[in-house]
Amino acid sequence: MKKRSANIRAKLLPVGAFCLILLIWWGLSASGMIPGYMLPSPADVVGAFIHDFPNLMHHAFVSVTEALLGLLIGMALAFGLACVMERFLTLEQAVMPLLVATQTIPTIAIAPLLVLWMGFGMEPKIMLVVITTFFPIAVGLLDGFKSADPDAVALLRSMNATRRQIFRHVKMPAALPYFFSGLRISASYAVVGAVISEWLGGFEGLGVYMTRVRKAYAFDKMFAVILLIVIVSLLLMKLVNVIRDLSMPWLRYRTEKTQQLLHE
Amino acid sequence: MELLRTERISKSYQGRQILRDISIHLEEGELVSLLGLSGSGKTTLLNIMSGLVMPDSGRVFLSGNDITGKPGQISYMLQKDLLLEHKRVIDNVALPLVIRGMKREEARAKADPYFRQFDLEGTQMLYPAQMSGGMRQRAALLRTYLGSNGVILLDEPFSALDMITRGQIHTWYMDIMQKIGFSTILITHDADEAILLSDRIYLLTGSPGEIHHELRIGTPRKDRRDFNLQPEFVRYKRQIRDALEQASG
Repeated sequence: MKKRSANIRAKLLPVGAFCLILLIWWGLSASGMIPGYMLPSPADVVGAFIHDFPNLMHHAFVSVTEALLGLLIGMALAFGLACVMERFLTLEQAVMPLLVATQTIPTIAIAPLLVLWMGFGMEPKIMLVVITTFFPIAVGLLDGFKSADPDAVALLRSMNATRRQIFRHVKMPAALPYFFSGLRISASYAVVGAVISEWLGGFEGLGVYMTRVRKAYAFDKMFAVILLIVIVSLLLMKLVNVIRDLSMPWLRYRTEKTQQLLHE
Repeated sequence: MELLRTERISKSYQGRQILRDISIHLEEGELVSLLGLSGSGKTTLLNIMSGLVMPDSGRVFLSGNDITGKPGQISYMLQKDLLLEHKRVIDNVALPLVIRGMKREEARAKADPYFRQFDLEGTQMLYPAQMSGGMRQRAALLRTYLGSNGVILLDEPFSALDMITRGQIHTWYMDIMQKIGFSTILITHDADEAILLSDRIYLLTGSPGEIHHELRIGTPRKDRRDFNLQPEFVRYKRQIRDALEQASG
């Protein structure tokens, strides 16, 4: 009973905070403290969202395709590199500092270069998503491999397990929670990465739509597209959570046990 | 019949000698304890016997075959049960068979009949997090048994359990050894546990660790219910204390 009420409370609190922000926003625009052309009211934004819904969906489809393709390629590359680095320590020592250095380059600085090199199609957008999503997954996986219990590794070695068997039965499962943490961060970066690269050139996508409505000073539509980007990013993160829960059913029991211990 | 024998095992790490001339043996069906204080090299000896670590000198023989530095011949179990949280209990238990190349379904079918004998019936499809401490230990023991060639090494496996559960698992372990018929080397620092379970006890003391004394527990295992409340038990305990004091000078 206590646990249930705590759960309800945990769910209601963010909803309450969101409603409060919405109320303040509505108050500011309704009172005229901030002019309507600078900050449209929540009702105007919802109106723009509904009015331009088919158009928004068309552009969202393009951006989401770029984000998903980039995320999938980034994930595959990160998995490959993390596996090789786990196997060869020297490679990790050589490559890791370079990888960290690449993360200090602002996305906005690479995007124009990619457009110059790859044109105005989908390719530079996908490439930018790959660059932004690759790192959190690779680092997460590598940390996960290292988190494997050395006693469990020794136990498998005592069974005469091969390196591949140890990887499959101990290291990979140990890395899964880390992988999904990295993937969740990357999923949120993916949509933003796609939108940023669309700002700098292209014909379709939420970034292109954004540029157009900005030039037309249609701030209600601008806010509507921001709202859509937030919704899409949250949905993508939720999708990652669903996949995580499906691929790691044992975590549910561990979490239940931890909660039981915490409440005892 | 002699199953396991170590011959004059010595080992050093970073210039410090850990073990010197350890020679022990284990007969079929026996439970032999290596009782030692902290730092006497118990775990190093376990790693050598399980083939994970090569000794500097000396050999390990299983049924007459030299298995020195060859993992996969003898299975061991530590204080931590090391059940893999992501695998169902049956897959944890059948893991040694899968590692040897058996298909998952085949390994499951081979492991399944033992669940009843190990008081684990009905837990096959659970995850380890759904089981109690005692059940987890039994599952780990079953996994160890399935991976063994008749010899099991136990490194203080019951020390994390509470007193009641430990007592229950001691009784249960003696029964299951008898029923299934395997041999055990138990590494422990708990003299009570060693006296309660063992046929023979080796005292591993000093630094480097050496075998200082061998004690035979004459009371048959079947007569050891409430053994720790008997005068005989206290006599063995006194012998161990005297031997340890003598060894530490």
